[in-house]
Order: sequence, then C-alpha cells, then structure tokens
Amino acid sequence: MLETLQALAEPNRFQIVELLRDGPRPVGDMVDRLGLRQPQVSKHLRVLSDAGLVDVRVDAQRRIYALRPAPLKELEAWIERYRRIWEVNFQRLDAVLDELKAKEKKRGRTKR
Amino acid sequence: MKNSGTLKVTTPSDREVAMTRLFDAPRHLVFEAWTKPELVKRWLYGPEDWRLVVCKMNLKPGGGLRFVWSHGKGEDMGMSGVFRQIAPPERLVFSEIWDEDWTDGETLVTIVFTEQAGKTTMTQTVLYSSREARDAALKTGMEHGAAVSYDRLAELLKS
Repeated sequence: MLETLQALAEPNRFQIVELLRDGPRPVGDMVDRLGLRQPQVSKHLRVLSDAGLVDVRVDAQRRIYALRPAPLKELEAWIERYRRIWEVNFQRLDAVLDELKAKEKKRGRTKR
Repeated sequence: MKNSGTLKVTTPSDREVAMTRLFDAPRHLVFEAWTKPELVKRWLYGPEDWRLVVCKMNLKPGGGLRFVWSHGKGEDMGMSGVFRQIAPPERLVFSEIWDEDWTDGETLVTIVFTEQAGKTTMTQTVLYSSREARDAALKTGMEHGAAVSYDRLAELLKS
C-alpha cells in the first residue's frame, strides 16, 4: 500500500498511470507524450513495475506497458474505509451545526 | 464507483491524507464544534460502535489534548496530543500520538476552515511519519506530489 502511494506521489509517474488508463502503450509513445527523455521514462516505469502497478510485454522490438489494477483497488478500498468512517462522523457534525445555528439565531433575536 | 457524500479524501503526498468537506454553517460554528469537548463528543466517534468517552482539550498553544474512544467491551483506544496553533475561526493545528503507537510516531493534524456565503469548507490534513520528513513536507507545502483524489482514483478503476 505504501509502495503504491510512494510510486504514485511522483508527478511524472502519476502521469504515466493516467496515460495507461486508456490502454497499454509502448515506451516510445509515452516518451513523446510526456516530453521526457527515454531513460527517465524507463526509470519511472521500473519504479511502477516494482510497485506492481504496471506489467510489461515485449512485442517485436517494442516494450509495451499495461496497468495492473490490483494495487489501485487495494488503495481504493483503504481510502473508502477511511472515508466512510469520517463521513458518518461528519453527518453527525451536520446535526450539531444545525443546532448551533438555530441557537445563535434565537440569541440574535432576543438581543434585538 | 461513486463518491456518494460530499467528503473528498485525497493523498496530497505519500505522508499525508487530506479530507475536504463542505458544511452548511459559518466557520465560527464549525470551529466551535471542533474545539468544545461537549460538542466534539457528540460527533467524533470512531469506526462503527466506538464512542468518544473522554475528550479533554486545553485550548492554547502548547496545551494538551486527550481523546479516548470505547466500544464498551474490552480495550479502549486512546490518543494524546499537543496544540500547536489555534487561530479561530480559521485554523487548528495539533500533534497526536496513539497509546498503541500504530502510526509509527506522532502525526500532525492541520484543520483549515474557509467560509463562503455562510458555508464552510473544512480541510483536515493528517501528516504521518518522522519529524524531519514532516517539517520538510510542511515547509514545501502540499504543491509537491500529485494529488490522487478519490474521484480520479475511482475513474482510474473504471478503465
């Protein structure tokens, strides 16, 4: 999980993952689109691959990368658990705030 | 995949988790609901059956805070912290550490309240990890590191 977050926290790698959303791509194509040099792109792809975020297959002379959904699903599930706990808390906070607003309104009226 | 509520969870960096939510109340009231123990106790529960049973706040810079959650059976879950910055009704910063130190050292929580047309956007950021890393991350702000918002992530998963 931390490995996934670390891999995604780098802007260029995040861009690569975004590009791969549309489907598998050869390295050369990503080099063109990102405006980076090939060694940089390869370095980022290696980090993504180590984190299990991408798979590579060789097709003739080209290396074609594709997204692996498993680590992203794990990350999403973690964020969703966190989000759900807090959303329930914040719904209770909504009710407390309604009450505070009503009280303040009442106070405002008695002052005038 | 849908993001049902208005609550947005993002990971601004590999050491932070940020939550943003809109509340239909002016910010001085949202600030009050976050800083008065008798009010905090009414909404800040833990997961599922957990209730906030102890809530002490010495609301001044360097002042302590103590929260304990209980689910009525067995072990309670406690957390202590220190207020670092109190700027009503805009900003609240405190450090916290769990009794069972599962976050590997203290974390820093920053809550920012912004108001627009009587509504408040609250952004609560939790920064995990070492002090050096935390300070460095705070200094450089959150512009570094790509924001992986929940919505974008959900989109990502659709593909």
